[in-house]
Amino acid sequence: MITFIVRRLLLIPVVVFGCILLVFGMMQLLSPVKRLSLYIDNPNELKQLSENLDVMIHRYGLDRPIYVQFASWLGQVVRGDLGWSESAARPVSGAFKRFFPVSVELALWSALPIVLGGILLGSASAVRHNKLFDHVTRVFAIVGWSLPTFVAGLLALFLFYGVLQWFPPGQIGLDAAAVIRSADFTSYTGIISLDAILNWNWFVFVDAVRHLVLPVIVLSLVSWAMLLRITRASMLETLRQDYVTTARAKGLKERVVIRRHARRNALIAPITVAGITVAFLFNGLVITETIFDFHGLGRWAARAAQTFDVPALLGYLLFNGVLIVVANLIVDILYAQIDPRVRLE
Amino acid sequence: MRNPLGVIGLLLLVFFLVVAILAPVLAPPAWEHEPYRIPRDGFSPTPRAPSEKHPFGTTEGQYDIYYGLVWGTRSAWVISLIVVGCSAAIGIVIGSISAFYGGLLDEAIMRITDIFYAFPFLVGAMVLTTILGRGLDNVMIALITLGWMGYARLIRGDILQIRESEYVLAARAAGAGTFRLLTRHILPNAIWPVAVQGTMAMGSIVITAAALSFLGVGAPTGYADWGQLISFSRNWVIGFQGNPLAYWYVVIYPSVAITLFCLSWNLVGDALRDILDPRLRGVA
Repeated sequence: MITFIVRRLLLIPVVVFGCILLVFGMMQLLSPVKRLSLYIDNPNELKQLSENLDVMIHRYGLDRPIYVQFASWLGQVVRGDLGWSESAARPVSGAFKRFFPVSVELALWSALPIVLGGILLGSASAVRHNKLFDHVTRVFAIVGWSLPTFVAGLLALFLFYGVLQWFPPGQIGLDAAAVIRSADFTSYTGIISLDAILNWNWFVFVDAVRHLVLPVIVLSLVSWAMLLRITRASMLETLRQDYVTTARAKGLKERVVIRRHARRNALIAPITVAGITVAFLFNGLVITETIFDFHGLGRWAARAAQTFDVPALLGYLLFNGVLIVVANLIVDILYAQIDPRVRLE
Repeated sequence: MRNPLGVIGLLLLVFFLVVAILAPVLAPPAWEHEPYRIPRDGFSPTPRAPSEKHPFGTTEGQYDIYYGLVWGTRSAWVISLIVVGCSAAIGIVIGSISAFYGGLLDEAIMRITDIFYAFPFLVGAMVLTTILGRGLDNVMIALITLGWMGYARLIRGDILQIRESEYVLAARAAGAGTFRLLTRHILPNAIWPVAVQGTMAMGSIVITAAALSFLGVGAPTGYADWGQLISFSRNWVIGFQGNPLAYWYVVIYPSVAITLFCLSWNLVGDALRDILDPRLRGVA
């Protein structure tokens, strides 16, 4: 087990390095003006770029051989200096600090419907195989899987905001925002709902949750649908296994058979796709934050792509790459923990 | 009729195919050599309701929705077929090489696959299209570059599994060479999960391309693409004060088109998977 973890841990820097190499390679496809923007973190210098191009190129070493450039850029990255992001009007690292909590809030809240909707509904559906409950959940799952996130977001806004006026877009209302900015409210984490709990402020909490309902549902829809189908299929297969029949023959209550024997083993398949769920969440965040106007990493990345803000894009790619690799490692360790057969590989 | 949903999916697909093929008849292009350019009836920023002249209404900027939907069907088919075809081909080749030669080459290829997997799909596609420029062909290149890994992993897993099965061992004992083994015995059996994956991807690729257009980095403005139409609808989702449903046609028509297209491919993919069930293990 330890060797398994160690082996996977050793691979992380390899994959991350490969990612960095790929990102740096993509950078070279850009014009010198764009490439220079990665090294310049003073917005005034950026404006004077086209005039003193040659001077700038020499000053930031863009005329040196490629491996030297790569080494110095790498050093810069390791020190946390990723350049200046025009779309965020602050350094890239600062943009991360500002936008990360917002995305984390969305992602963490999404875990609720994903796990409840996906796994619990999926196994419940399998247990009631081919009954009405099963058919209804299957229809919902396949529609949820086919509905593009931005369509779901627009339709949700249309119905729940336009027609019913229940849930507004944006991250927080004006009144609650004023409370947050005031002196009585301390932002411990940057995650508004969590801060509201820590500050014991019910009004802000309710407001935050009210603004979170729609984006969380839209964000989790795709992952929820996928997890539901995978859990259902896995559970169906598990219920056909011999040990389940044995458990029933022993006289155990059906509830115990399902909970103690079948579901545990059925959960192996959904966990393996948990890594993909993280990737889905990242993609979903871009669209969901854009539609509901949450100032998170996804929206920043979308604007950076639209305005061609190179430092922001590359910083985001790096961050995302590292996160996905780490998430996959965690999933693999969990998987090896749950399924002893994997450890023997 | 073991799979009624699959048949519905197939019928929907046939419908979309017919619309795409008959596009020049159903919506005659305004410019002969630029059929994908949506005709504009003026430049007013307010969408207009469905009328005689514009059966589904117009978007902001007065792009005809009906025209966009019909020719968008064609671009949806083009994008999905080319992207899925090419990424599947690349993935199969890479996966087969990896599985067959094994050892260090296999390890190296799998690490490269991991590296590509670590790229966030949507943002990576956005970055690539930003670098390469707008336009449908760049969108396709970006999607292919970031989408081949699934097929590679899938076929590699299947080949490794099938390689040890009895009929392959028998063929090898009978003296079959490597190439013959691969083409006659292994690949025809390993290809089925890839086929299922491919049908699912047809829908999701169209969605991703539409998302890119929605975010403004996909097809150029005015190109007949479902994502474009949806991006035009963004400002009109909530109508105006007192009448939230005022511009329903701008949102509903393209949304229904995209959702139905993806839904039909998912239904067909599901049916395919059900049919091939005994030969497929694992994820459903």
